[in-house]
Amino acid sequence: MEAYILMALLLLLTIVTIAIVFQRSLFAVVILAGIYSFLMATAMIVLDAVDVAMTEAAVGAGVATVFFLASLHLTRAREYPRPRAVWLPLFVAGVVGAALIGGTYDLPLFGSAASPIHQHIAPHYLNESMGETGVPNVVTAVLADYRSIDTLGETTVIFTAGIGIMVLLRGRRRRRGEDKDDVDPGARET
Amino acid sequence: MKYDVIMRIGVKLVLPFILLFAFYVHFHGDYGPGGGFQAGVMMAGMLILYAIVFGNDALNRVAPRSFVERCVPLGALLFASVGLIGPYFGYRYLDYAPLSTNSIHAREWGILLVELGVLITVAATMTSIYYAFTERGQS
Repeated sequence: MEAYILMALLLLLTIVTIAIVFQRSLFAVVILAGIYSFLMATAMIVLDAVDVAMTEAAVGAGVATVFFLASLHLTRAREYPRPRAVWLPLFVAGVVGAALIGGTYDLPLFGSAASPIHQHIAPHYLNESMGETGVPNVVTAVLADYRSIDTLGETTVIFTAGIGIMVLLRGRRRRRGEDKDDVDPGARET
Repeated sequence: MKYDVIMRIGVKLVLPFILLFAFYVHFHGDYGPGGGFQAGVMMAGMLILYAIVFGNDALNRVAPRSFVERCVPLGALLFASVGLIGPYFGYRYLDYAPLSTNSIHAREWGILLVELGVLITVAATMTSIYYAFTERGQS
């Protein structure tokens, strides 16, 4: 049953992705991207990854959609006409896609207990985290206790991203012809 | 959207519950899904929803832009300084042991404080990105 729900969700994801590619109105693209995130969050719930699902729903579908709409407010809401030459990009995309699909054949089978990731440290976290940290949610135990320095790094990344956006978007929008005023504010009076 | 009655009243009814849920997700992060990051995004979402319906001036009264932008480094600093408690008492960096004599309680406190730092940085970053986008070219 779970597998069928997952397949239906992945099918819808594919449809939404194709719709995004062929859609020219950027407003519709933003809304479709929000739908994509919600479908992804549902797929995460089906896979029992509720923490990831919550993040995907809140960030991908919620805040990111608002940011995209806000950036449309600064730019145009329509995509520029497609460039003539599509064969080279199509070729590059095809090669990269084939390489990725080829790469999946070397991955362990989906959900396989014998895959390397389940042999190393994950069983220790799953079996021992309750006794060692007293935190029932393993995800929180790993994020804020075992791997708290990594989480500090992630917080620094968010901080850096925020500062970068603030620096980029700070200040007045400069129009043509205003540059001269910026150089010499007193020039207008003469 | 300033004059849409249904929107204004509906949003006013919903806002406190979003905030409450954000706090629930933060403080319940040890037991259920979620944590500081998700709670921070929800809190920022609440502020952004308020700004969309009531305008940026209303948001500026609730959470002034300068205050929000100062909170961005504050959260990261809180996280890093909680880590310094460990070395001060002779433990390793980000070791929560000195926070309490009971090791479980110490971890509980340490995780809450650290996640509070994440919450502050995430919420402030998202809100100030919204400010940066919407107030560009208006000052």
